[in-house]
Amino acid sequence: MSTSTFPGLPRWVDVVVLPAFSLALALGVAALVSMAVGFDPGQVLVLLVKGAFGSRAGIGYTLYYATTFVFTGLAVAVALHGGLFNIGAEGQATVGGLFVGLAALAWAAVLPPVLMLPALVLAGALGGALWGAVPGALQAWRGSHVVITTIMFNFVASALLSYLLVNTLKAPGQMAPESAAFDPAARLPGMHELLGALGIAWPRTPLNASVLLAVAAVPLVHLLLQRTRAGYALRAVGHAPAAAHYAGIRPAGVTVGTMALSGALAGLVGVNEIAGMHGRLLLDFVAGAGFTGIAVSLIGRNHPVGIVFAALLFGALYQGGAELSFELPGFSRDMVYMLQGLIVLFAGALTPAVAGWLRSGLRALRGRAAAPGAGEGGGG
Amino acid sequence: MDEALNLAAWANVLGTLVGSTLRVATPLILCALAGVLSERSGVVDIGLEGKMLMTAFVAASVGVLTGSTVLALGAAIVAGVALSMLHGYACVSHPGDQMVTGMALTLTAGGFTMVVALAAFKTGGQTPPLPAGVRAEPWLAGVGQALEALPLVGPTLGRFLSLALFGHTLFVYGAFALAGLVWWLVYRTRFGLRLRAAGENPAMVDAAGVSVRKLRYQALALNGVLAALAGSFLVLALNPAFQPHMTAGRGFMALAALIFGKWHPRGAVLACLLFGFMDAVAIRLQGAQLPAALGGGAVPVQAIQALPYVLTVVLLAGFIGHAVAPRALGTPYVKERH
Repeated sequence: MSTSTFPGLPRWVDVVVLPAFSLALALGVAALVSMAVGFDPGQVLVLLVKGAFGSRAGIGYTLYYATTFVFTGLAVAVALHGGLFNIGAEGQATVGGLFVGLAALAWAAVLPPVLMLPALVLAGALGGALWGAVPGALQAWRGSHVVITTIMFNFVASALLSYLLVNTLKAPGQMAPESAAFDPAARLPGMHELLGALGIAWPRTPLNASVLLAVAAVPLVHLLLQRTRAGYALRAVGHAPAAAHYAGIRPAGVTVGTMALSGALAGLVGVNEIAGMHGRLLLDFVAGAGFTGIAVSLIGRNHPVGIVFAALLFGALYQGGAELSFELPGFSRDMVYMLQGLIVLFAGALTPAVAGWLRSGLRALRGRAAAPGAGEGGGG
Repeated sequence: MDEALNLAAWANVLGTLVGSTLRVATPLILCALAGVLSERSGVVDIGLEGKMLMTAFVAASVGVLTGSTVLALGAAIVAGVALSMLHGYACVSHPGDQMVTGMALTLTAGGFTMVVALAAFKTGGQTPPLPAGVRAEPWLAGVGQALEALPLVGPTLGRFLSLALFGHTLFVYGAFALAGLVWWLVYRTRFGLRLRAAGENPAMVDAAGVSVRKLRYQALALNGVLAALAGSFLVLALNPAFQPHMTAGRGFMALAALIFGKWHPRGAVLACLLFGFMDAVAIRLQGAQLPAALGGGAVPVQAIQALPYVLTVVLLAGFIGHAVAPRALGTPYVKERH
């Protein structure tokens, strides 16, 4: 994977300048396209920021979207640390949501509320883990490439959800393929309720307690990867599977574990969307968030802190994009989807090329600085 | 008399089924052939979906604006090759990740086509319907009619053949011809030998004094042309206009067919026909009831639709036969420096 540091680049360039430069390139191309179709990029940017952060309701929506992107971004990043490209966060989130929905429908009447919410979270993580572990196992023991298998699993997951909703879970006497609304006990409390209980007035938005789960997940994943034996094994296998094997680590088991963890994180999207936002099971609730996770992870350079910023960026783009489509006739959120693709292009696919451009640019700068004699340059 | 009517009804059903299988399989075949060429040279292509969507949009827009089939096709081919060159720049010229590049192309194409379609045509992301003069004409419909007019077998066998095999657009017949051509190119020419070697052992190709980079770029250029034909078929023959996200996973299904066909043109075509047949059956059985012997209830259409993907996973895992990818597939070739 293209996540390692690039030779010839100082670390600060690799960690900060490279992603910022890639992001700027992607934004630049998006600005050109929006100019070509008749929008003023400056106006778009101002309206976008205003829509995303200009009101408390806007911030609520931005954080709600960012919650989902933290989960999928972490999912993709964990897999990348293990040397795997998990393109299946979409399907894992779908199955996670399905499990959340099944747990909510089955247990809301049985479990006390104290146990219900943890049960929902576990169900989502379990569903996602299952849908991630199987492709992991197929790669580990049967040699089928995890990218291809997870692509196929995305389609199978959406067919499975559609089958269950149309044939068994659809609420009686209703046309749309949606389950019955969950019992209130099986819904995550909204942040307006939680903050209201603390005496803070907050408008009603889809932002729910899942955001706390996301906030907790970021340091936990970081600690797991950097401070535990399992995390070390995961990164060792991702970095040098042969060396890890000599060191007594079994790459096959680690691959399955990595994909299970990655899938579990993606499965938590189901908690935010199904138990938090919708309160019922429905089709296509993931809506491409799994693919956004790829962009989030790449632009965040696979680091939890970077992922938080990248998730906030995409949350703002989604919310701002939705607001923009009201303000500017003819504008749609598809501009954001395009930007997301461009970010994957510049920050992922073209990273070696962009690093090369930076390297020669830096060399040229240094050459000029060194020529007068005082070659200080930056200490790296 | 009753029996003859029954036969005629069957001829209708089966003929329609075979005919729609061929139509549904055509973009899959073109796309899978595109994948055969690039993957045999060592470049994974999960960007087929995006290439097909982008070229479909270009073909539709140019077709609507100029009223010319030739210009529509030409523009689509230019767009397809351009995307393939970008693909090559990222992961042939530079050691970029091939999977990430493919995903980037697919994601960007999905957003870009919508943005431009909304701005240019202001009809919710569609293009206006393509004028009749631009759309591909049915071919050999006369032969079909002649067969149906035959005495005795006309209403049954003639009707079946007519519905199944005749009156398709040139794309459908062309896809099969191109499959033969790709097979010949890959297995019977010096270029094909080198192409396959570039996908198996690029260092050896390099040592023999042949440029791996050039071979992979050539494979990608042909890949762009074939993906553009697949995209053009969607708007010039299968649908009356460009629809948002109209490829609907066909690029990924072609990728599955390519793997299911073990990276061989013949295998890929057969897999596309199988997947196309499943799709045609699923469409036909939508809302139908299972026979009582099988428990009754609605036919699980979603299961039929998911079957190609499940089969590919099972095959790839080596549970039925074995699909072995080209050895150097997915790894950028970095020439040794001396």
